[in-house]
Amino acid sequence: MLRTSPTSFRIRRALTQGLAFGALAVLCVGLGSGCKKKSEPAPEGASSGAAETAKKQSIQNIGSDTMVNLAQAWAEEYAKVEPHLSIEVSGGGSGVGIAALINKTADIANSSRKMEPEEIEKAKAATGQPPTEFIVGFDGLAVYVHKSNPLESISMEELAEIYREGGKLGKWSEVGVKSIPGAKSDDIIRVSRQNNSGSYQYFRETVVGKKNDFKSGSLDMNGSKDVVEQVAKTPGAIGYSGLGYATPEVKILKVSKKKGEPGVLPSIPTVHDKTYPISRPLFMYTPGTPTPAVKRYLDWAMSDAGQKIVEHTGYVPLPK
Amino acid sequence: MGEQAMNLPPARVVGTRPVSASAGSPRGPRRGRFAIAAETALEWVIRLCGISAIVFVFGIFFFVLREGVGFLFGGLNLVQFFFSTEWYPTSVSNVRYGALALIAGTFSVTGLAMLIAVPFGLGAAVFVSEFCNQRVRETLKVVIELLAAIPSVVWGFIGISVLNPLIQEVFHVPVGLNVLNGALLLALMSVPIMVSIGEDALKAVPDSFREASLAMGATRWQTVHRVLLPAAKNGLLAAVLLGVGRAVGETMAVLMATGHAVNIPKSPFDPVRTLTATIAAELGEASVGSPHYQVLFVIGILLFTITFAVNLIADMIVKGTRKR
Repeated sequence: MLRTSPTSFRIRRALTQGLAFGALAVLCVGLGSGCKKKSEPAPEGASSGAAETAKKQSIQNIGSDTMVNLAQAWAEEYAKVEPHLSIEVSGGGSGVGIAALINKTADIANSSRKMEPEEIEKAKAATGQPPTEFIVGFDGLAVYVHKSNPLESISMEELAEIYREGGKLGKWSEVGVKSIPGAKSDDIIRVSRQNNSGSYQYFRETVVGKKNDFKSGSLDMNGSKDVVEQVAKTPGAIGYSGLGYATPEVKILKVSKKKGEPGVLPSIPTVHDKTYPISRPLFMYTPGTPTPAVKRYLDWAMSDAGQKIVEHTGYVPLPK
Repeated sequence: MGEQAMNLPPARVVGTRPVSASAGSPRGPRRGRFAIAAETALEWVIRLCGISAIVFVFGIFFFVLREGVGFLFGGLNLVQFFFSTEWYPTSVSNVRYGALALIAGTFSVTGLAMLIAVPFGLGAAVFVSEFCNQRVRETLKVVIELLAAIPSVVWGFIGISVLNPLIQEVFHVPVGLNVLNGALLLALMSVPIMVSIGEDALKAVPDSFREASLAMGATRWQTVHRVLLPAAKNGLLAAVLLGVGRAVGETMAVLMATGHAVNIPKSPFDPVRTLTATIAAELGEASVGSPHYQVLFVIGILLFTITFAVNLIADMIVKGTRKR
C-alpha cells in the first residue's frame, strides 16, 4: 500500500517522545554529575603557565540576559587580543549565572544585581573562598512606550502606581495622555519580565517598592529584547528594559523622581551622576580570586578598550 | 481493518519459525550457530528497546514526583494553589503560589483550540477517507504530515510576528498576544493528529456498511452522517482526545503567543499564561530545591496527571473499538 499508515504516524510520535525523554534523562544525569568535570580546566590553567599558550583554554561566562550582548561583544573582541583563549558566553539570567558560579560550572558569572548574602555564603561553601566582585559598567533601565505615544515624561510615583499590585493607574488618560494613534483602548498595557529576571527584580526594588509586588496581568516577556519588540508592536503598551535595547520603533520616556520635577532621559552622564533614577551597576563575579587568564580578561574589559565596547553596545561605561 | 497491519509483525514469523523447525530436524541446523546467536542477541536488543520506553516513562514520573511531592504534601497550601489567582513565587514580602489563573489559562487556550480544531480535523478526516480520490488523498496526507513536522518554536514565531498584528487589526483589540492567538496555533498543531487517527477510525469501518447504506439509496453525506460517524464514534473521540493531549502539553508556541500574563481571561482577546509556559519561563532561574523550584514541579505533576488521564481515556476508547 502506498499511503503511509496511521500506525507509522503513531510510531513516529512515540519515537520523538522517546527521544525527548531520553534527552531529558541525559540532561538530568548531566545536571547531577557533569558539573564536576567543567571546573577542572580552570585550576589547571592557573598552575601551569607554559601549557596555557599551547592548549586552547576556555572561560565559561554565564549569566544576566541584560549583559549577554555586552559579554558577547567583549568575548569576540578579546579573541583578537588573546586568540588561544576562548570565552564562551551564555545568558539565562543573573540567577542562572550565580547558580552556575555556586555549582562551579562558571568561571565568570554576569549579574545585573548584587549577589545576595546567602548566595555568597553558598558560593563560599562550594569553593572555599568568597566570590570576587567586579563592577564592569552601568545600565540604565529605560522606560519604553510606543513611538506614536505623545507622552514624554513620567514620574517614579506614576510608574509605581501603574506597575504595583493595587496601584491606582490603569488608563492612559489618568497620566495625561488623551489618545494614542493606533491604540484600541485607553488601557495601559503593562509589559514586564518573567518573575526571576534581574531586570524584574531591579525594577521592583527601585520603582515598584521592595516590599511590593507587581500587579498581575502584565505581559511577562522572556527577554530584554522581547520587551522592546512587544512595546513596538502594541501602541498602548509601556515596558522597561535595558537602555541598550532601544530601537527606532519605540520611544524612551524621561523619568522624574517626583511628579512635577523635570524628567531625565537615561544617558551616560545622567547615569553617572545618578540623576537618572533607574540605573544600576553591572557586575561580574568570579569564584574566589580569579585565575590569571580570567584576571587578564576582566582587566581588559575594564580598560579603555573594553569600555569603548560598553558604549558601543548601548550600555554606560565606567566613569573615567 | 487498519489495525490488522499492526497485529501482524511479519519479521517475527519469518525469523522464528525456521529456527524452531530446524532444531528438531534430523538433518541438523540449516543455519550456522553464529546466525542463531546473532538472531537471539538481536531479539534481546529489540526487546530492550521496547522495555526502555517503559523505563523512561517511569523514570520521568519518578523524577518529577520526587522533586515535587515533598512540597505537595508539606508546605504547599493546596486551597491557595487551586483557588487563588495570585502567582507571586519570587515576592520579597508575601510569597503566594496561586495557580488558578495558570490552570484557567491552559484550559481556555486548549478549549478554544479544540473548538477550532475539531470541526476542521474531523472534517478533513472524513474528506480524506470518504470523499476524495487517490491522488488528492496522497497529496493531502503528505501536506498534513508536513504540518505536523513544523517545530513549535516556528509556530510561536508565526504567532508573534504574523498573528499578533493581524489580530490587533481585525478585532480591534489592544493586545495581539492572547488566548485566540495561542488557540489558533494549537489548533493548527493538533489537526494533523486528529486527521491521521480520525481517518484511521473511519477506514476501520467495514466497506459492507458503506455498500449497504448506498444500496438502500442513501446519499454519500447520509452515509457519512448516519452510518460512518456513529460506527467510528469511539475512534473519532480518541482522535479528539489525543489532540487535546497535544494541546495541553504544548509549551513553546503558547509561551510565545499567549502574552504570558497571569490573568483569568474574560474574552478570547485577553492575554493568559499556561501551566507549561510557567514552568518553561521560571524553572531556569529558580534555585534548585527552593520552594519555587518545587512548586514548579508540582505544576509538572498536575500537567502529567492531566495528559496521563486524557491519554488513558483515549487509549481505553481505542481498545474498546478494537474488541468489538
